[in-house]
Amino acid sequence: MADKTFEVRESFAKALAEVSALTDLDKLRVEYLGKKGLVTDLMKDMKSLSIEEKKTFGQAVNVLKDEITEAIAAKQEELKQREIELENSRMPEFDITMPADLARGSYHPITLVQRQCEEIFKSMGFTVEDYSEVVTDYECFESLNIPKNHPARDMQDTYYLDNGQLLKTQTSAAQNAIYKKYKDQLVNEGKAIKAIFPGRCFRNEATDACHENTFFQMEGVMVDRNISISNLIFFMKTMLSEVFRKDIKVRLRPGFFPFVEPGFELDISCLICGGEGCPSCKHSGWLELCPCGMIHPEVLSAGGIDPEEYIGFAFGLGLTRLAMMKYGVKDIRDLNSGSLKCLDQFTDDK
Amino acid sequence: MFISMNWISDFVDLSGIDKLELISKFSLSTAEVENEIFFKGSDIDGIVAARILSVEEHPESKKLHLLKVDIGEGEPVDVVCGAPNVRVGMLTAFAKLGAKIGDITITPRALAGYTSNGMCCSEKEIGISDANDGIMDLTDDIPVGTDLKTVYEIEDIVFEVDNKSLTNRPDLWGHYGIAREIAALANRPLKPLDKADLSVYENLEKVDLKIEDPLCQRYSCLKFGNISVHRSPVNMRIRLFYCGMRSLNFLADLTNYLMLEMGQPMHAFDSRKVEKIRIKRFDKPFNFTTLDGVERAIDENTLMICNGDIPVAIAGIMGGLDSEIVADTSTLTLESATFDAASIRKSTVRLSHRTDASMRYEKSLDPEMTVAAVARFVKLLTDIDSSAEVVSALTDEVAFRYPEVSLSFSKAFVDRYTGIAIDNDTIVKTLTSLGFGVDLKGDDFTVSVPSWRATKDVTIKADIIEEITRIYGYDNFDVHTAEAPLYPVRAAQEKTDEDRIKDTLVKRFSLHETHSYIWAYYDEYKALGIDIEPNVELINATNPNIKTLRRTIVPTQLCQIKTNTAYAADFGIFEIGHVIEGTKADGLCDEKKKLAITLYSKTKDIEALYFELRDILAVLADDIKHQPLTFAKTDAALSWQHPKNLNKIFVGGRELGTMGIANANVAKKIDKKANIVWAEIDVAEFAKIENASIRYAEPSKFPEIEIDLSFLSETYAPIAKAIEEANCALIKKVSVVDTYADDSGKSITVRLLFSHPERTLTKEEVLAIVNGILDRLAKDNIKLKYEFTL
Repeated sequence: MADKTFEVRESFAKALAEVSALTDLDKLRVEYLGKKGLVTDLMKDMKSLSIEEKKTFGQAVNVLKDEITEAIAAKQEELKQREIELENSRMPEFDITMPADLARGSYHPITLVQRQCEEIFKSMGFTVEDYSEVVTDYECFESLNIPKNHPARDMQDTYYLDNGQLLKTQTSAAQNAIYKKYKDQLVNEGKAIKAIFPGRCFRNEATDACHENTFFQMEGVMVDRNISISNLIFFMKTMLSEVFRKDIKVRLRPGFFPFVEPGFELDISCLICGGEGCPSCKHSGWLELCPCGMIHPEVLSAGGIDPEEYIGFAFGLGLTRLAMMKYGVKDIRDLNSGSLKCLDQFTDDK
Repeated sequence: MFISMNWISDFVDLSGIDKLELISKFSLSTAEVENEIFFKGSDIDGIVAARILSVEEHPESKKLHLLKVDIGEGEPVDVVCGAPNVRVGMLTAFAKLGAKIGDITITPRALAGYTSNGMCCSEKEIGISDANDGIMDLTDDIPVGTDLKTVYEIEDIVFEVDNKSLTNRPDLWGHYGIAREIAALANRPLKPLDKADLSVYENLEKVDLKIEDPLCQRYSCLKFGNISVHRSPVNMRIRLFYCGMRSLNFLADLTNYLMLEMGQPMHAFDSRKVEKIRIKRFDKPFNFTTLDGVERAIDENTLMICNGDIPVAIAGIMGGLDSEIVADTSTLTLESATFDAASIRKSTVRLSHRTDASMRYEKSLDPEMTVAAVARFVKLLTDIDSSAEVVSALTDEVAFRYPEVSLSFSKAFVDRYTGIAIDNDTIVKTLTSLGFGVDLKGDDFTVSVPSWRATKDVTIKADIIEEITRIYGYDNFDVHTAEAPLYPVRAAQEKTDEDRIKDTLVKRFSLHETHSYIWAYYDEYKALGIDIEPNVELINATNPNIKTLRRTIVPTQLCQIKTNTAYAADFGIFEIGHVIEGTKADGLCDEKKKLAITLYSKTKDIEALYFELRDILAVLADDIKHQPLTFAKTDAALSWQHPKNLNKIFVGGRELGTMGIANANVAKKIDKKANIVWAEIDVAEFAKIENASIRYAEPSKFPEIEIDLSFLSETYAPIAKAIEEANCALIKKVSVVDTYADDSGKSITVRLLFSHPERTLTKEEVLAIVNGILDRLAKDNIKLKYEFTL
């Protein structure tokens, strides 16, 4: 009888070696361990044996049964593992060198530089103000100490409208309204007026690569009891260093603007040559960047603020010029062209 | 304006001072200096006075002469010369062998067979004038062999001041004013101007003069006779030339010289033509010929200088041809006057004729300067022409005087304005050097403004701050931040919304932000068949293509779409910009800020594109305001709007704008194969929408029931209404999962999700809700396409 267990063991080992799929393994299991399987058959054969033989043979069959059960479980694990490996191996290698699909929109470059400037000033507690593009003569000139017949009006070719208004030639046109808006807080609560006002300006002139009739500026004012020229230089230098993300050298020269006294032209060290002198700065090492100054007492008065009590600085920054300098745009007309070949290059830039 | 350092040195001792550094200081403290500095005469060397001893015809040339020239070095030298004005005994400018003129070094040179050992020079060749019609004819008594640089101011440093930076400084339109600044910057004294004493002529007869118009502020004049010098001295001519003026004749040169020196324009009349000087305007327009020979139309606003009733000059601009000094002029009348600046400026614009004189008058010249300029003129005239005589008493009519300006302030004021501490001594010294009278008591200043700064320039205390600080130097400022209490700064809702709209459109929907102009472009609109809506107009645009302001951004976007059709098969653009919706009741423009979006597609059908745009708008409202959009059909009123699918857009009851399709007429002109949709909403209105707050709802732990209902309906609106009217808290979500159209009509499949927060729902209660919805819809004659099961 012992031979029989030996035979079954032999035949199982042979059959197991040939199994390569889980379904075949299951068939094999049924063939040996199933109700009518070979191992079960061996048990059935025991009937004819003596008690002593039954004991010995029974033990042998149980050993065989355990062996086969274990072998099948091991084989099953092996086959499962092989199948996973096979599935992994079926995954193709992709061509990662294929170009990326960058489907995306774009911001107007003015939005980008405007946001950068706004961030800097917001972090210093300035409010960002909005203003209309059509303004009155009072807003654009009279309230800014530029009365009728003032030569300064010649400097700005103004688009006049048939209803008597005009397209604002400078963001300063918002100054008067901003003083009036915040003067009570200034006087009653001691809150300094700190505001920037980006906006679109217009000049009635022919356009070419360097001239546009429509462009953006950003004006800034700060008014409090003790604001000084020293503060003005500090804010200008800080802002410009932040905008260009490097330490910027600035210098002030006297400049005449009717709404400030003293008035300055602010130059920055040339961004291209660093001050050595190059064609961009006409070999001077400096770029004229923004007019600024201490707010003229008449302008404060027009805004309802007592110039004996309060003092302030104002500056104007050409956002369009800044965008052109920052991104290397050579033809100013590209900015209003709506040409996506130009504009789609301006992705988020914080 | 060109400034000669030699001229400046007449008034300030600049010895031992780096002149270039001084010029750069001037640029930082006073007025902008152009980058290029001119080193006049630096490329000229070895030019001497030489006498022509003999002149022979060149045997083979009609033009050339063979000269023997005494150059003061022993034996005369042989020279070949082509100048037409050579003569024996002439003293001329001579470039010796080895001399340098520009890049050329003079060497012996053969000319038609004869060697020339040097060169006789014209004034142009040595750079001191543009006269090139002959060699220089030296009339001064100069020893032969003298280097001309030692007798004439050939060498000079000349710089150009940007005129624009002088608009507010009438005192800087002459060298003396510039010298005052230079003296302050160099910390050296300013020498007084050497002037004649005019009181000695008091007993002579006055000129017949009357100011008949207040536009003339002051008119000073004096008559001269017996002028014998006709050509200006060399140094005077060099200075004029270096400063950009041509030498004409001595008297004209002298008036120009005075203008360049003191900034006071002057005019010399032939006394025979101006016996009765009257300054006035005329009632009627007429034509007048100025001394440049041009006939100009004079109107009733233009101030004229007249001889009685006959106009002889346009005041402050240019003299007349008829009263000009001519060859036989024996007596001349010198005008030194000031006029109303605005009047001169307007006349200049009307006549389109700007002169060196009018440029200065426009700046509000100091009327106190007129007499000083006459006295200086007399001094220079009589120094140069010893025979010249003054033949009248000074005649000086004053019609207007600026008030004297005196300003009081304290040291504390200066400290507060500057933010740094500038000591009292420095303040006093600076102001005094600029001509201000300063009285200091303790820390209190009283400053009197000199007349040349008091015409408009310095009128308030802040002006004094500028004087102190610019000379102090902004580079020397200690720079520090401001001290102000801190308060939170909340951004305006509109600004915040604007930024978020841009971010959503760019980052989520891949749209491109563009800018367009605030006016309609006739050409581009016309090409696309877009009518220009009547609106507020520009009245003075130089570009004839622009006139009418836009009422909407969309047409300008359609023009931009047209320029981009080759960019991609599908793209969208947006702009947040301003439009003008006519005028308000008060006559002022009704200006609005709008968001416009235009989508273009060659690949999507119009319905898909339309819904893409609708969804973009819905996302903006949902994402930024957590609110749903609703729409209401409206009729097209504008040429570029498609008559179908034009919808007004609402949030809550608030109308935001419109969306629609480009009219086929316009769309076909942009691109025959593409679909174009557009939307425009009011940004301010959008900002006013309340941001519905986020309310958290805990998900139910009990099973949900989902039911799909397919309705036969052409539109979704009644279905949405019926579900809404069911007003059932158990309906957690409603979504459209399918739409289908066939011969039997359109069907819309809606999926309803039911759940109860605290228990498992029963079939019966869900069925009751669904039946309620079905009953409502049955009234609208909307039925289910299929029976539903639960």
